[in-house]
Formats: sequence, structure tokens, C-alpha cells
Amino acid sequence: MDAVYLFFVLILSIFLGLELIRKVPSTLHTPLMSGSNAISGITLVGALTSAGSADSRVTIVLGTLAVAFATINVVGGYLVTDRMLGMFKKKKESDS
Amino acid sequence: MIFLINSVYIVCSVLFIMGLKLMSSPATARRGNLLSAVGMFLAVIITLLDRNILSYQWILIGIVLGALIGVLAARLVAMTDMPQMVAAFNGFGGIASLLVAWVLFFKSPNTESFTLTTLYLSVFIGGITFTGSMVAFGKLDGKITTKPVLFRGQQFVNSLILLALLCFGVLFLFPDLAGISRSSLILYAVILSGILGVMVVIPIGGADMPVVISLLNSYSGLAACAAGFAIRNNLLIVSGALVGASGIILTNIMCKAMNRSLTNVLFSGFGSAGGSVVAEEG
Repeated sequence: MDAVYLFFVLILSIFLGLELIRKVPSTLHTPLMSGSNAISGITLVGALTSAGSADSRVTIVLGTLAVAFATINVVGGYLVTDRMLGMFKKKKESDS
Repeated sequence: MIFLINSVYIVCSVLFIMGLKLMSSPATARRGNLLSAVGMFLAVIITLLDRNILSYQWILIGIVLGALIGVLAARLVAMTDMPQMVAAFNGFGGIASLLVAWVLFFKSPNTESFTLTTLYLSVFIGGITFTGSMVAFGKLDGKITTKPVLFRGQQFVNSLILLALLCFGVLFLFPDLAGISRSSLILYAVILSGILGVMVVIPIGGADMPVVISLLNSYSGLAACAAGFAIRNNLLIVSGALVGASGIILTNIMCKAMNRSLTNVLFSGFGSAGGSVVAEEG
């Protein structure tokens, strides 16, 4: 039951993901890639519980590393995307 | 409390979905990114209320360290070096999923097969994503040659590694079959998936790296998704699947923009090495 319920969620999300992006202008390819990359940093949520409930030296080290790596992914990912899109806007304004 | 956390997770999922949607149009892209960042922030804050979290010391160290590196990397890097930063960040996301799964294994090495399968998948995909992204980063940054690196029998070796990973996966579920312990098997999986990640990206030329990064981005989503199954977290499953699926679509769109197929991008290096380049594009 538990697994089936999770698969249910999975399948619906996959279909949603496939439908979500249909037409993207080529200028937005890299920012979109970068933005969705930041979302995949959601694994940080898993890392938080891993590090927070670590009970041995190995799990503490691996868990803390997981938090650090995932945070780099999230923070860096969103900032880089924002910077890219910021440039995009400025360029457009200076063009017109 | 679990009800509250899950309710907020729903809000986060909606923010991610709307964020992605807005990001496919130039006028709303920046707002979309902000929306998805708010979703991520909410997700992190509410997760900290989880009562399974016993100590915040290591979390704090990890977050401060990661945020510091992330901010510095994102701020200091030159505008032209953005694509390789995306590659590096993506790789870090992959290894984070790998580590989450590995920690879960250390905590409960004899859990049910469903969890074992998904955590093995998370290690497998996460490992490929990490080293693959690192090679992509190196190629774009000029640290590794941007030319395709090829040697005889490369595809055979790759298939062999993949086969070994699959076999270890089966043994991981039934460790009595070969008498290898689960903890060694998962270590082999970490190492082999890392090698496989290098092997599949290194034969691809530097000019094709954006497509490869987009594909690896999709993989890092799948790795997060697998980790979500292992730790039974809906938000990880939803977001991971969203990134995984939309990443595939984006990869496809990028290939089309280059007038090529994905197989052509991934394996064109191999054709030129064999000396028998088949003119399949004509």
C-alpha cells in the first residue's frame, strides 16, 4: 500500500513534468536548466534528516557532507539562475 | 506535526511547479525562479521541525559551509563561466542524494527490499551524476581536454561496468547469494557508478556539454526522486520527478535546436574514433 501510494505520486509528477515545459525560447534553455537544477537540490530536505539523526561517526560525516553539498546546489543554483536572468533583462532594456 | 510538515510540502510542490512554468517565458522567468526559491526555503524550514532530528549542530555546520561556498561560487564566477557552475552544482546535488541514501543504509542496513532497492538506485544515479557533472565541469572550464577522449573497447567496458552495477544491485537485495556483505556491495556501487559517470561523459566533445549537463540535471532529479522513495518523502519524489521529466524534455528541445538527436550527441564521439563514420545525418 505504502509503495503503491508513492508510485502513484511518482507517475503523476512525471506526467506533470513532461507537460510543464513545451515551448521554451532558446535564450531560456540555460537559465531553465539551472533553475530546475536548483530544484533538484531538494535532496537537502533528505540530507537534513540524515544529518540531524546521525548516530555514529560515519553517518555524521556523510550526513554533514550531504547537507553541505545539497546546500551548495540549492544556494548556488538559485543565485546563478537569478544572475543569468538579471543579465537577460538588462540586455533587453539596453537593446530597446 | 507530520500533518503540518506534509501540508507545507504540498505548498512547496505547488511553488516548484508554478516556478518551473513561469520560467519557460522570458517575461516571468525571474519571478518563477524566485517562487521556486521560496518553495525551497519553506521546505528547509519546515523540515527542521521534524522530530526525528535530534541534533542541529551538524546541520548548522553543513548549511553554513554549503551556503558560504554556494554564495561565493555564484557571485564571484564570471558571466561566461556560468554553464560550468551549473554543471558543478548539479554534480553536488547528485552526490548529496548518494550520501543521503548511504547514510540511510548505515542506519538501517537490514531494512525491507523496497527501501534497499530505491536507496541502491539513488547511489547508482547519484554517483553517475556527480562524476559525470564533474567531467562536464572540467571540460567547460578547460581543465580537461574538450576533445572527445576515446579508447578501444570503451563501449564494451562501459557495458561491463553497467552490468556489474546491476549484478551488485541484485546481490545487494540477496547478499547470501554470493556471500558479499551489503556494506561492501554499496561501497562497490559508489565507486563503480562514479567510474561510469566519467566514462560516459569523457567521450563527448566540449561543444555538446550543455546538452549533457541538461541530461545530467535530469538524472540528479531522478536521484533525488529515488532518495525520496528510500526515506519515504513525498516532496523529494514530486520535485525529483518534476526535474527528471522536465529535464528530459528540455534536453530534447536543446537537441532539436542543434538539429541533432540525443543518441547522436551521446555517441557521436564513438563513431569518429572507429574511423568508420556513418553518415546518418544526411
